[in-house]
Amino acid sequence: MKTIQFFITILTFQFISSICFAQGETELVNKVKAKLDKVNDYKAEGIMNIDVPFIKAAPSGVTIFYKKPLQFRVKKDGGISILPKGGVNVNLSSILAMGKYTVVPAGESVIGGGKVKVVKLLPEEENSSVVLATLYIDEVSLVIKKSIVTTRENGTYEMEMSYGKYNNWGLPDKVVFIFNLKDYKLPKGVTFEYESGEKKQSKTTSENKRGKVEIIYKSYLINKGIPDSVFKE
Amino acid sequence: MWKLLKIELFKIFRRPRTYIAFAAIAAIIFLIQLAFYSDGEAFLQFGMQSLKETFDINGKILSGYMVCFIILQTLLIHVPLLIALVAGDTIAGEANMGTLRLLVTKPISRSQFMWTKFTATVIYTLLLLIFMAVLSLVVSIAVFGTSDLIIMKSDMVVILDNGDILWRYFAAFGFAAVAMITVASLAFLLSVFAENSIGPIVATMSIVILFTILTTMDIPLFNALKPFLFTNHMLNWKGFFEDPVNYKEVFKSLFVLVGHIIVFVFLAIVFSKKKDILS
Repeated sequence: MKTIQFFITILTFQFISSICFAQGETELVNKVKAKLDKVNDYKAEGIMNIDVPFIKAAPSGVTIFYKKPLQFRVKKDGGISILPKGGVNVNLSSILAMGKYTVVPAGESVIGGGKVKVVKLLPEEENSSVVLATLYIDEVSLVIKKSIVTTRENGTYEMEMSYGKYNNWGLPDKVVFIFNLKDYKLPKGVTFEYESGEKKQSKTTSENKRGKVEIIYKSYLINKGIPDSVFKE
Repeated sequence: MWKLLKIELFKIFRRPRTYIAFAAIAAIIFLIQLAFYSDGEAFLQFGMQSLKETFDINGKILSGYMVCFIILQTLLIHVPLLIALVAGDTIAGEANMGTLRLLVTKPISRSQFMWTKFTATVIYTLLLLIFMAVLSLVVSIAVFGTSDLIIMKSDMVVILDNGDILWRYFAAFGFAAVAMITVASLAFLLSVFAENSIGPIVATMSIVILFTILTTMDIPLFNALKPFLFTNHMLNWKGFFEDPVNYKEVFKSLFVLVGHIIVFVFLAIVFSKKKDILS
């Protein structure tokens, strides 16, 4: 009888402590969200670098526009910008703006030598485009250092953020966006290509199946107002 | 030499068939530009389907640079046929009209006579290419403006920066000039053997069409042949639209084409010297 009482006590304690922990993590996520919520819109200048095995593009200057809740656009002046599908997730606020979600604690981890809390967000809406988001949150500066987002239509994305002078706003100086790739192939009869006769190296390793887009933010103009037309062009 | 050249150029530009090529090129370019002006975006969206499965592309894709690239891709396969019309006629046309015998009785060497004929053909080829460059590049830029250029290759997508494109077109047109002169020199060589111009024109067209089919078919057996076909090297104007440019391959193709020109012209002069001119 005493043994049963002991187990019940242990289970009750675990249940209560998990609720307490979850509340702690929810509070942490809310604090991060509150910090990001200070930003209604921004216009940022940056440099975008595309690292995809089948795309050759030089790093280029881009202008990034964001407006609450989910408007996001990367533009290259007089040129073409290319982002992975679902690129709106490059913006952190959009992850936390996905509506109601359940916060599940997932322990701790270390990123860049610093300790971070790991939390998982489970959207409560059945039709949410995001299935699961894992956030690595720096408790001290209340910023997301890394996130892994699994979407319904565009696969899983990974983001790594570095912070600097816009830390107070929760805005990163650098975002590295890692995503899965689909194969790209066109018939040579269509492209009319020159044949050198040399054998090309195979590019089908699993490492090459992932692409990376890096945006280095040079400056932000925060809460100055951005017309909706910018996002419609 | 200059006086002889002027006479040859006068003869070339006096013939109505010389202007067929200019008219055909102008018509094709105008039609392509019109098609892109009316429905170019939809065409490009279709062409980029496989890329758009993974990426969102923002910005102006349909630019003068893009239209010019598509025109060159289409036309540089067909322009050799138009060049053959004039180049195949240079010697055979004289033989057909019965003026060749008269010409070679003049106090100029047979080599000098052949060089003059060939130089006039080269000038015609270059003028045709300049005409094409002005229409396809200058007019396209004026109508569609400029932007970054997306080049879709079979296994790669190259995105070139707006400010890094124009020089590539100048280089590509320079390369295309050598490629077209190669075809002109082939027609010039074949022209030596014929008594009327239909033969060398059709023969040149046949060779170019056959080699182009072999070049564009992606079959392993033909792939092994491709490095030996001058039509394959003619396509390497696209090498200037790589990033970075593979100069080794581009210059290799350039040397192969120049080698063909030297051999064709040399053979044309040798055979014309040995030829017993009866017509």
